Amino acid sequence: MLQTTTQGGSTDPRRDRPGLAMRPGGALQRRHQRQQRLAGGLGWFSLGLGLSQLLAPRGLARMIGVRANRSTRDTMLAIGLRELASGFGILTRRQRAPWLWMRVGGDLMDLALLGRAASIKRRRTSAIGLGFALTAVAGVTVIDLLAAGRQTRIGTRGRTNDRGQETRTYVTIDRSPEELYRFWRDFTNLPQFMVHLESVATLDERRSHWVAKGPFGASLEWDAEIVDDRPFESIAWRSTEGSPVQTEGVVYFRRAPGGRGTEVCVDVFYDPPGGQLGVAFAKLLGKEPGQQIKGGLRLLKQIIETGEIVHSDSSIHRGMHPARPSSEAEIMDIEEAAQ
Amino acid sequence: MKALCWNGKKDVRVEHVPDPRILNQQDAIVRITSTAICGSDLHLYNGFIPTMEKGDVLGHEFMGEVVEVGRNVQNLRVGDRVVVPFPIACGRCNMCKQEMFSLCENSNPNSWIAEKMMGHSPAGVFGYSHMMGGYAGGQAEYARVPFADIGPIKIPSGFTDEQVLFLSDIFPTGYMGAEMCNLLPGDVVAVWGAGPVGQFAIASARLLGAERIIAIDRFPYRLKMALERAGATDAINYEEVDVQETLKEMTGGRGPDACIDAVGLEAHGHGMLYAYDRAKQALNLEQDRPLVLREAIMACRNGGTVSIIGVYGGFVDRFPMGSLMNRSLTIKAGQCHVHRYLRPLMDRIERGEIDPSFVVTHRAHLDDGPECYKTFLHKQDDCMKVVLTPS
Repeated sequence: MLQTTTQGGSTDPRRDRPGLAMRPGGALQRRHQRQQRLAGGLGWFSLGLGLSQLLAPRGLARMIGVRANRSTRDTMLAIGLRELASGFGILTRRQRAPWLWMRVGGDLMDLALLGRAASIKRRRTSAIGLGFALTAVAGVTVIDLLAAGRQTRIGTRGRTNDRGQETRTYVTIDRSPEELYRFWRDFTNLPQFMVHLESVATLDERRSHWVAKGPFGASLEWDAEIVDDRPFESIAWRSTEGSPVQTEGVVYFRRAPGGRGTEVCVDVFYDPPGGQLGVAFAKLLGKEPGQQIKGGLRLLKQIIETGEIVHSDSSIHRGMHPARPSSEAEIMDIEEAAQ
Repeated sequence: MKALCWNGKKDVRVEHVPDPRILNQQDAIVRITSTAICGSDLHLYNGFIPTMEKGDVLGHEFMGEVVEVGRNVQNLRVGDRVVVPFPIACGRCNMCKQEMFSLCENSNPNSWIAEKMMGHSPAGVFGYSHMMGGYAGGQAEYARVPFADIGPIKIPSGFTDEQVLFLSDIFPTGYMGAEMCNLLPGDVVAVWGAGPVGQFAIASARLLGAERIIAIDRFPYRLKMALERAGATDAINYEEVDVQETLKEMTGGRGPDACIDAVGLEAHGHGMLYAYDRAKQALNLEQDRPLVLREAIMACRNGGTVSIIGVYGGFVDRFPMGSLMNRSLTIKAGQCHVHRYLRPLMDRIERGEIDPSFVVTHRAHLDDGPECYKTFLHKQDDCMKVVLTPS
């Protein structure tokens, strides 16, 4: 399954846009955001608990039904520091998983301490308070375990910033949403401007077969299906179950104010073969889909507005090339590479 | 073909490069008959514009004869004599439709570089770095001209190259600088920089009805041309007098109604602030030296307009924001939307209202280009404008 690691509740431009907030096919992203909110909540919980343990160790001890003596206070202070550390870690570090696992470790330690307190059974320990505390910590432990587990899977599946797997890009094109929707809805048009695609063939009304250029001349193939189709508004597609490439995309068409055409917004989620390593490798070769999609939208605008992709003396070359005309041999190389 | 190629700071060479060819069906190939060195080429020469590469063909002021056209070119034919605007514009995007041609949304294939540096990307420009598109320039025997139906203007017979060549950049640029001042009869305009663009800003302010036009420079020969040829009424040599005080004196303490910065990022000056800017620029802590910009803002009368046509590339220090805000100044700036001015300015030339060839002081063969860069940079031999001919 595809996961993204955009910070939940971050400044999402779509939040201010009712039209875009209901992103079709966005279940993955919503789940991911829930996941990030859970981890964030646990971080704040750590901070709160840590602070109260540092500021009011005795009161807290009494609340959970253990004797508020000197050794209890020291234990409370130590646990408080640990909580603060994991709280800060979860809230401020990109890699959240280790800090969540630190919480799990802390939970087990707390359970052990509480268990010991319960077994000693002194006069001033309260069975009710202890029982309540044990139940609460056990509950929190389960939540921590779940959060840490999920966060770890994200960590190994992809980068922990939002560039590797989710790309959002925009362009305004001087045509009606209807015209642009029709152009995009025919997926066979996509390779014209998404230059990393070799071809897209439609299999039926909803399904299509995609072939992309991979590194070293290898090609990647997968089937995709349209999961949501709102004429003149949006199209969402997703690779089918069992595809070697997990990908999901959605394009929105929104009328631009002032008769300036259409605002096209594209979200693409993908999980390339090789996960994080694959993304890093693709970037190294300049084939990271995020970059390609951004460039692709610019080409789409050129094609629609001017009728062709606009070239300069340097832009026709894949790598850097001085701004000077190309030789016969260079042109032949470019043409060969394009085929 | 032969072309002037950038090879690093203060290193321009004549090189043999392949002839250009049609890359888009809206291209034309032009055999260049005259090409000029622009003051803004000196920013490239001095290494102040980022994203240049060894081997880039320079030049964005050129004209010539159409020798080949792409399939979809309709307005031009082989044999037409044309002047080519320096910005490349598609003519169809929203910006082009609003006649903001130097902001064309489709002509810069490297817009992503410009976006990183400036937030959004301007149009592509001939021979002016990779962030401006990576287009080969026109200091060469031939050039490929994209969107040939949109940019080039056909020149009627009866005019020499030198009379029309500057429609490609400096005449419209100076004109736009004056036009942005929204001049009213009786207005006083101060123009910083009496180089070629400054000369045309002065001449245009005169065409647009300014009553007094004050030229500011440090080279007597430039101030002389401003007074005798371009139409300035007064001149200030900033090495001899204090500019602020002199402007106040000339305007009864008000300051000029409009101030035009025709200098840009390599301004000269004196004093501590000049030393400060030189040092920061050398360390790349500041990309541009805004001495003229600061001075123009401080000098402008309350509620007046500061018009910026000198080229800036990056960030500036000690920007007098308080003066700008509290005194209700208007700042207008931009790379010239040349296409917008071609026809009206050609009409003025045809009517004899102006003969732009007055700025030309040096003529040379393309082969002597590298020498001419030096002459122009060091203002040797009273150099104002160099025109190169490839044949």
